[in-house]
Amino acid sequence: MSVNGDRPYTADEMMAVEAARRLDDSTVCFVGIGLPSLAANLARRTHAPGCTLIYESGTIGAKPMRLPLSIGDGELAETADAVVSVPEMFAYWLQGGRIDVGFLGAAQLDRHGNLNSTVIGDYDHPSVRLPGGGGAPEIALGVRDVFVMLRQSPRAFVERLDFTTSLGDNVRVVVTDLGILEPGDGELTLVAVHPGTTVDEARAATGWELRVADEIRETVPPTDEELAALRALETKGRSSGTA
Amino acid sequence: MSVVSLREAVSELVRDGDVVALEGFTHLIPNAAGHEIVRQRRRDLTLIRMTPDVIYDQLIGMGCARKLVFSWGGNPGVGSLHRLRDAVEHGWPQPLELEEHSHAGMAAAYAAGAANLPFGVLRGYRGGDLPSRTRVGVVVCPFTGEALAAVPAHRPDVGIVHAQQADRHGNVQLWGIAGVQKETVLASARSIVTVEEIVDEFEPRPNAVVLPGWTVDAISLVPGGAHPSYAAGYYDRDNEFYVAWDPISRDRETFAAWMKRHVLDTADAAEYRASLAAEVTAA
Repeated sequence: MSVNGDRPYTADEMMAVEAARRLDDSTVCFVGIGLPSLAANLARRTHAPGCTLIYESGTIGAKPMRLPLSIGDGELAETADAVVSVPEMFAYWLQGGRIDVGFLGAAQLDRHGNLNSTVIGDYDHPSVRLPGGGGAPEIALGVRDVFVMLRQSPRAFVERLDFTTSLGDNVRVVVTDLGILEPGDGELTLVAVHPGTTVDEARAATGWELRVADEIRETVPPTDEELAALRALETKGRSSGTA
Repeated sequence: MSVVSLREAVSELVRDGDVVALEGFTHLIPNAAGHEIVRQRRRDLTLIRMTPDVIYDQLIGMGCARKLVFSWGGNPGVGSLHRLRDAVEHGWPQPLELEEHSHAGMAAAYAAGAANLPFGVLRGYRGGDLPSRTRVGVVVCPFTGEALAAVPAHRPDVGIVHAQQADRHGNVQLWGIAGVQKETVLASARSIVTVEEIVDEFEPRPNAVVLPGWTVDAISLVPGGAHPSYAAGYYDRDNEFYVAWDPISRDRETFAAWMKRHVLDTADAAEYRASLAAEVTAA
């Protein structure tokens, strides 16, 4: 995790908190490993204990005590309301339209919220072969709201994707380490910056001419309660060792 | 169905040039069976897996594969598969053809294979660059006119999975996160199941998947056969191994030496585990 000036929280923590605040007690969300899992579990520990966490391994209603290191950790199955097969997960639950929010990350994002998690460079002769889309193509179109969590830099926020893995049609928010982007008039617009960040910094970290809202908000820093819950989760995650 | 050693099962059932699916979704990954394929130096395999991880990195790096059919290839929670990347980016140790799908497409393809259908149907592969880079078609619903994606069914020559138990009649039971293992076995022409334990009678388990013995060709008793993956009720995931794999796999020579020491120079899964344990003790 990076340091964040002299503020008592990291950029990742700010991102997790901002994403968590967008989930409520009735949200059914499809969660990946990393920041999305941190955000969704934080929501469950703070303002949204009823939030339903679904991991693509087939665990529905998982309630892990510690952050899982993989989407198929045993604790997810042990604490879930139901465990279903992978074909059932994608057919009945995702395609069935039963999931409200899907979190996605990527290596690259464009101004329309399209994402690349497939290759950097040419597909047949890539300079970097990335893991690939996994569940992303159908998550992107199968859930009501897509939340993207991605650190902002000119390498990641690009004018043109090297490969379009998933479409941005349902992207409702992009939470970055600098601020918040939301779609407006067909392209992502900077609507908020995190405390201590300027609009110019966000512009400089974007590989296209970033559209900025007329009135920019400043996000609310993590509260003591949010930070305590977050760190309890992180500590448990790290100390789980060979869990 | 017959109960045989894993060496015998692979020798009898996995042939050069086969289409082979070793499935497991984080849980119950048939790592020991993958190692046996490496030991027996199978070549020109088309490997299918939704989430190729460390064992596919090993098979690819050891030159067993000519093609990979997949939807997400990485080291979960850690990062890249360096042997997979080296094969795709630099053609080492040989070029690797890719057929890339989404998870939903792969799952539908396995389910179609299990159902003896020629293709799986789903609402997917819409837009983006993936459809132009893979085998996917469009079918039109005869009732509503909706255009849907069609993916060719997976019909592996050999399906290989790991399960917690077989009973004395040769039936197989697995529980916990079940992935696509049932579909893999039912879609495949031949199948191998490695198990942690052979019991007299099964106890009913939550979320159990039971494969009747007559759906399986070979059962091999391989305790610990999922390591570094896990088997619910038997042992936990070796998360430290997945982290340790990153530096081992980055370098071709380090990788080759590791594979020689722990896989090629060991006779079976028990010796592999002992070899790993000896290294940990020495360190």
